[in-house]
Amino acid sequence: MSKTDTTSAANRAADAEAAAEAEAGAQLSTAPQEETSSGGPSLGPVGWVRWFWRQLTSMRVALILLFLLSLGAIPGSLIPQNGVDELKVQDFKAANPGLTPVYEKLQLFDVYSSVWFSAIYILLFVSLIGCIVPRTWQFVGQLRGRPPGAPKRLTRLPAYTSWRTEASPEQVDEAALRLLKGRRYRAHAVKGSVAGEKGYLREAGNLLFHIALIVMLVAFATGQLFKSEGGKLVVEGDGFSNTLPLYDDFRSGSLFDTDELAPFSFTLDQFTGTYEPSGPQRGTPRTFEADVSYSVPGGPDKKGKIKVNEPLVVEGTKVYLISHGYAPVVTVRDARGKAVFKGAVPLLPVDNNITSTGVIKVMDGYRNAKGEKEQLGLPAFFVPTYAGKGNGQMFSQFPALAFPALNLGAYHGDLRVDGGLPQNVYQLDRSKLDPFKDKNGDVFKQTLLPGETMKLPGGAGSVTFEKEIKEWASFQISQQPGNGLALAGAIAAIAGLAGSLFIQRRRVWVRATTGEDGVTVVEMAGLGRSESAQLPEELAGLAARLHAEAPTAPEPEPASAEDAASAADPADPADEGAEK
Amino acid sequence: MNLAAATNASLAEMSNVLIYSSMAVYTLAFLAHIAEWVFGSRSKVGRTAAALTPSRTAAAPQVAAQAGGTAVLDRPKVVTRSAAGSRDVPDGPGAAAGDVQGDLYGRIAVSLTTLAFLVEAAGVVTRAVAVQRAPWGNMYEFSTTFSTVAVGAYLGFLLAKKDIRWMGLPLVTTVLLDLGIATTWLYTDSDQLVPALHSYWLWIHVSTAIFCGAVFYLGAVATLLYLFRDSYESKLAGGGSPGGFARSVLERLPAAASLDKFAYRINAAIFPLWTFTIVAGAIWAGDAWGRYWGWDAKEVWSFITWVAYAAYLHARATAGWKGRKAAYIALIAFGCFLFNYYGVNIFVTSKHSYAGV
Repeated sequence: MSKTDTTSAANRAADAEAAAEAEAGAQLSTAPQEETSSGGPSLGPVGWVRWFWRQLTSMRVALILLFLLSLGAIPGSLIPQNGVDELKVQDFKAANPGLTPVYEKLQLFDVYSSVWFSAIYILLFVSLIGCIVPRTWQFVGQLRGRPPGAPKRLTRLPAYTSWRTEASPEQVDEAALRLLKGRRYRAHAVKGSVAGEKGYLREAGNLLFHIALIVMLVAFATGQLFKSEGGKLVVEGDGFSNTLPLYDDFRSGSLFDTDELAPFSFTLDQFTGTYEPSGPQRGTPRTFEADVSYSVPGGPDKKGKIKVNEPLVVEGTKVYLISHGYAPVVTVRDARGKAVFKGAVPLLPVDNNITSTGVIKVMDGYRNAKGEKEQLGLPAFFVPTYAGKGNGQMFSQFPALAFPALNLGAYHGDLRVDGGLPQNVYQLDRSKLDPFKDKNGDVFKQTLLPGETMKLPGGAGSVTFEKEIKEWASFQISQQPGNGLALAGAIAAIAGLAGSLFIQRRRVWVRATTGEDGVTVVEMAGLGRSESAQLPEELAGLAARLHAEAPTAPEPEPASAEDAASAADPADPADEGAEK
Repeated sequence: MNLAAATNASLAEMSNVLIYSSMAVYTLAFLAHIAEWVFGSRSKVGRTAAALTPSRTAAAPQVAAQAGGTAVLDRPKVVTRSAAGSRDVPDGPGAAAGDVQGDLYGRIAVSLTTLAFLVEAAGVVTRAVAVQRAPWGNMYEFSTTFSTVAVGAYLGFLLAKKDIRWMGLPLVTTVLLDLGIATTWLYTDSDQLVPALHSYWLWIHVSTAIFCGAVFYLGAVATLLYLFRDSYESKLAGGGSPGGFARSVLERLPAAASLDKFAYRINAAIFPLWTFTIVAGAIWAGDAWGRYWGWDAKEVWSFITWVAYAAYLHARATAGWKGRKAAYIALIAFGCFLFNYYGVNIFVTSKHSYAGV
């Protein structure tokens, strides 16, 4: 801080007072000085670097960076983001082919990991570090030092009081020191006055808050780099064990190692969903619960319940319930009557009433009416609550299983699953498939109720919609280190913030001098970092206490004032006892 | 079960009636405030009281001698002195400006506001009882709670003998606006929550969010009035003559410095709570959605609001940014809060959009 340099340089009579005042307020905080000269440096590269550093760590630049940070965050909330909803990004790209290349160049689909957004917050944090490191040193220095002596003219300070007393200056000083120390001021006698300071926690809180922000950033970065997150759809009765190949989809941070996947497995015993049965909100979900059994290697099986807000925590990994749907159980028989497929087929919901679509794929074992090997693809449309035959389209009326119906089409041929290319299990590649046709030559389709069987045309086999309908739930299994650190940082930030905003740092001076008439004049003054209504009140309280010990001297006309004084302001013995 | 449902329906009905009643009473309070301002404008007392004379108190002797020669040993009197550079303008006399009739109307307005507050609070509580959960499941419920808390905070300040009656008119006006929007466009029948909202964090996160918004709002009103009053004062100080509106209305407001200080105290006091609200939301998101921070639109705008208020607090401590510039930042920050509420809920798809519009 260059403050003391400038003040000692400007030591002419007119400035002396201002200088003394500046010193009185010096180091009341560690806030950075504002640069007064805004011109660029006329020095060499070192000068430039220093100039740049000083600019970066100045409050003004920090303010500008804060602005940029909030401005930069805006587009990410209005433009779909890859990290939030990839499907929406694809929709947006399809709808705006002209804008897409521009947006991609500007990284507007990945705002929060973009170069420019990172640049803003990294600069901000460099600026922050450049600010708090020197401030911390200064604060340590202030903690080891003592508050400065009283400025010459106490009357110029924001809060001031004075009275005349018969007590000697030494007595007043002693009483003042005792009083201030009793009120937990850091007080000492200096240059014929008593100086006290309080509220160091303000600065401590301020530093704590800013350090906590850095801790949170580090925690967030750690989480992003080491996290793993995957999704898995599980049908009732099926299980999952936490290994990479079993995930439906998997994402991880760049420093994540698959060996770090916590070893555990779980089975979905039952999924329960309930819905509002009537009223205007009919169909709105009320509860979603997944009952699971889980275990870690060598451990016993445990029962658990996963709800929307209550993930299952196993070995530090969290299992969240993300979505759910129905998986009708279907049996497919080929032309010979042999059951070639039997199982629950999870279908994906397309609306709030869980109208679901998907495909039943029969890959092996099927032989057609001629006895040839073929594959079958049955596009499925499922509704948990059917409107009834002839009642509109195949859309569900209610999300629960009130009147389930399954509509199936049928294709035969080559599903093209053997080519090694990844294929969407919910869609059908029809390029090498032929539809079964009904008598009229239309594409064969039939709606089944539970227990019903449909016969494929030409004796090509049959499909039975079993009475048992299973539900599935999809889970997100995520592991993210740094959460504890982030929480600790957040709590420290709030505590520090409260300290730095609610605590006042202030100084109080007491000076007792012998006046010309031999009577002691007591002067008290207070100075705060910011103008505060509490400062005068606090000074008044202190003055009242001190006044009780050094009561006002009677006016030149002698009178017995002493008794009245102690009656008016009884000293608090507890307070005085608290000295040392 | 049916009986219980019927009770709930009638309770919900009652809640609606209470909210409408509170709107009627707020309207009366609004009219009374108007009367207060109108009668106050004819007061000569107010005019002279608001004359811009610097009140520099000298270091006066503290001990007064009484007749009879016995010194009265008062507490030592503390003399305050404002920092160099400030205008030292006294606060205006308030809306009634010393006019007896105006003051009477002002008192009536405050009484009516108190009544309306009680009725509205009863409406919110009845709603909560009817749905048997925290009354913060959709925007209608947010809005009614929001204005209840804002008025409650205002009445709390009045109760604490703070000079804040000048806020009565703008506050009641906007409360009526808020309730009008809530009942006209945002109304949602009482109902249960979707599973994602079944958490005790609803009580913590949403209640603090509403409280922060309501109190930030008081700060924003003070900031806005500060800007008007400040330009009025600087015009006077520069020897200009402000218009009739300024002479009549702004003159009666507290001094710019007082308004600024009031706004700062409110914003500074609520900022840690707002930080807590975001942290609580992040913890809840960690439980509900599998990540504590995912750049969801609501999260982004909460963050922007937070950064804007942080910028405001920094600006106040930076030379060249104090005063008007900082005030503009505070207004922008509150604008971000408002957008986060109306804009994100209505126009942007967000994970918070089950707010039920």
